[in-house]
Amino acid sequence: MALTGVQIFKLLPKTNCKKCGHPTCLAFAMKLAQRQATVDACPDMSEDASQTLGAAAEPPVRTVVFGTGAYACTMGEETVLFRHEKKFVRPTVIAVRIADTESDSEIEATLRAVADSEIDRIGQKLRIDAMFVENSSGNSERYQQVLGMINASAPEVPLILGVHDPVTAGAALKQVGDRKPLLYGITSSNAERMAPVAALWKVPVGVAGRGLAALSELTQKVKSLGISDMVIDSGVRSAAGILRDNTLIRRAAIRKNIKSLGFPVITFAGRDDAMLEVLAAMLGIAKYSAVVVLSSVEQWRNLALFTFRQNIYTDPQVPMQVEQKIYTIGEPTPESPVIITTNFSLTYFIVAGEIENCRVPAWLAVMDCEGMSVLTAWAAGKFTPVKIAQFIQGSGIEERLTRKELVIPGYVAILSGALEEKLPGWTITVGPREANALPAFLKNRNA
Amino acid sequence: MAFIEPKETFPGSIYTVTLGTERTVTFGGENVFAFHGFEGKIPHAPVIAYEVQDSLPDDWPPAVHDIYAGVSGDPAAWAQFCQDELRAQAIALRLLSTHPDRGDRSASHAAKTVSDVLAAISVPLIIIGSSHIEKDAEVLVAAAEAAQGRKCALGKAQENNYKTIAAAAMANDHLLIALSELDINLCKQLNILITQMGFSRQRIIIDPMCSALGYGLDYTWSVMERIRLAALAQNDAMMQQPMLGDVGIVAWKTKEAQAAESEMPRWGSPERRGIAWESMTAGSMMMCGAELLIMRHPKAVASLERFSEELAVQEAG
Ligand code: B12
Ligand code: SF4
Repeated sequence: MALTGVQIFKLLPKTNCKKCGHPTCLAFAMKLAQRQATVDACPDMSEDASQTLGAAAEPPVRTVVFGTGAYACTMGEETVLFRHEKKFVRPTVIAVRIADTESDSEIEATLRAVADSEIDRIGQKLRIDAMFVENSSGNSERYQQVLGMINASAPEVPLILGVHDPVTAGAALKQVGDRKPLLYGITSSNAERMAPVAALWKVPVGVAGRGLAALSELTQKVKSLGISDMVIDSGVRSAAGILRDNTLIRRAAIRKNIKSLGFPVITFAGRDDAMLEVLAAMLGIAKYSAVVVLSSVEQWRNLALFTFRQNIYTDPQVPMQVEQKIYTIGEPTPESPVIITTNFSLTYFIVAGEIENCRVPAWLAVMDCEGMSVLTAWAAGKFTPVKIAQFIQGSGIEERLTRKELVIPGYVAILSGALEEKLPGWTITVGPREANALPAFLKNRNA
Repeated sequence: MAFIEPKETFPGSIYTVTLGTERTVTFGGENVFAFHGFEGKIPHAPVIAYEVQDSLPDDWPPAVHDIYAGVSGDPAAWAQFCQDELRAQAIALRLLSTHPDRGDRSASHAAKTVSDVLAAISVPLIIIGSSHIEKDAEVLVAAAEAAQGRKCALGKAQENNYKTIAAAAMANDHLLIALSELDINLCKQLNILITQMGFSRQRIIIDPMCSALGYGLDYTWSVMERIRLAALAQNDAMMQQPMLGDVGIVAWKTKEAQAAESEMPRWGSPERRGIAWESMTAGSMMMCGAELLIMRHPKAVASLERFSEELAVQEAG
């Protein structure tokens, strides 16, 4: 539970020695309470005090990382239940399940699909983030064989090892321990034997218990065995169960400061019906799952889930936006048209994508409208003839043109008259409404 | 320390609404967030209405257009097909061709369409204009009269035309859909204005404005969560109406639901993509509290129904 400044003050040495850079211990306490200072700034703090304060400063949902390098997956750190309160910070890890009972060719196909899963959406490169490799065969040799295939063809993808036998886990970690996988893992029946394996390889663990009470006890036990980095699973698989347990876990961690449930949650979305699976995965992404495990990789489903995750994890206060400037598409000449739009990322990437597709060189003038779409910006009075004219004239583009033609979005055709007045020497052309009609429009115009 | 589940209860609850006369649908009535049956009561499941248009759906992509190929020229036949073949719980008739840019058909023509559709079905009808402020004020009055006695949902009433539409709904015993654009304050304000006319607050359905997956969904999501929070936690009587998600029209307009595989080879099957787009947009609305959804593709509807059932059945915990 967050402590108040006065509560913190009581724990400090009260000597006002100023070594922390603050005039008094009380002033330092106030800064700590506002999280504008860190405990280690005071060199004279007692061991007890620094532990108490350190624990209070920990995020309610623990930060847990698996995988290494640029593709490592960071989870936890969430502080709210609703995204309008504050941005959700750690986008759900989307993983695909591989069972070692599948044939080699099936596994190879999944590995290829994962490698090929990257999609670019509004400037973000999104892909299947991790693989959940399950020891369904119960056979250690087969499991190692599969991990060998993965090491060979997918050396960078973060792994979750679905293993319950400590001996198999130990052998597997010999093979992939340096990739810092998540060892999933620990149940009430293997905790004592599994914990040392995880500790030896310094990997985070997945902890599965039936129901929240049992799970909370189990995480405390695992902690007492020396392991702090956990991802939890309450055993539910139905949509109702996922919604209930994930909600109760998030509330327990954030509102009640129950440390034994303050861990990222893993959810298994696998369903026989692919469409139902996409909805179950959606539920996990929206409702607090740190990892969602899918049963297979399908392009249409990736696109839908990546897009949904982007929507949920975007900052509700600040729309995603791009820099105001004149972008060049292809190699525009002094004769090329100037196409204007707003700096909302979604708008920019849609429009730029369509112009690129049709290979007509153009100047794309992207105007700062605080990240609003064309119509929103127009309705909010940000995308007006006066402001557009100011932007165009101040951008320096006029010196680079011999033919001044400005193409405006069809939805704001109403601006064209006033723009002609405000931009002397320019021809104002009303473009189509939807960006997907831009290629045909630009090609015809050139012909 | 024994673990106590941090369940929550709220002072507020959502009004219960019934549409239709012969066959009816009832939704609302819950006193918790969507599908939080583990901590409160949820007497009714969300209702899905199939969308029918009064003119050829020539801007619907083939994946969904083809399903209605034999009937889409005739709204009554189309509605009947949805009721009898697709087992629709309700029909949503969109009077799109009354829009000045989409055919500009007259109010009396719209009234005739409404009568024909009503004669063909026994399930409840939702009547939606073309979202043209002035034209809707005319068209929906005629439509409301033509549907008198069938207890339809009529809309969408907006800030600049609610008076006429609400009056017509009241005079002809219909419920009213009130549309505000992604703004909780404007939403509440509109409900207040409508009730000030003497319209019952228990007969309004909120349309917070649906946006598609990838195209503003995040805004609709948070506005809906905030409206529901105000209804439940603050017990705000002007926010306790059930909500509508007008899904099909926004979902099938997206590039993701339309582009051919040859155009976007990395996006996979266009049919499944389109169905997924509609299912996920609808699923989002449902999870944020929408009790009434308007959809187009039978496979998307089927997935959503199964998902809704799976969300409603509590496992032993
Ligand atoms: C999400 C949203 C918001 C978000 C903001 C999102 C954002 N970052 O801009 C919020 C909630 C903040 C918002 C606020 C408002 N909104 Co708003 N909003 C929307 C919504 C649902 C989606 C907008 C969007 O993201 N579109 C997607 C982008 C990609 O579209 P786009 O930029 O227009 O680009 C497309 C085309 O224009 C074209 N294009 C773009 N550039 C170019 C350039 C050329 C040359 C060409 C040819 C084509 C082209 O390509 C794109 C794809 O085809 C729309 C409804 C809708 N479905 O459009 C309403 C909408 C834009 N909003 C509207 C309104 C009225 C408002 C508010 C004034 C009302 C209010 N509730 O307070 C405020 C104004 C903002 C303020 N004062 O703060 C109205 C505008 C009505 C009108 N015709 O004027 C709309 C249309 C809703 C409606 N009536 O149906 N809104
Ligand atoms: S360094 Fe520690 S003891 Fe010294 S003033 Fe700061 S808080 Fe007080």
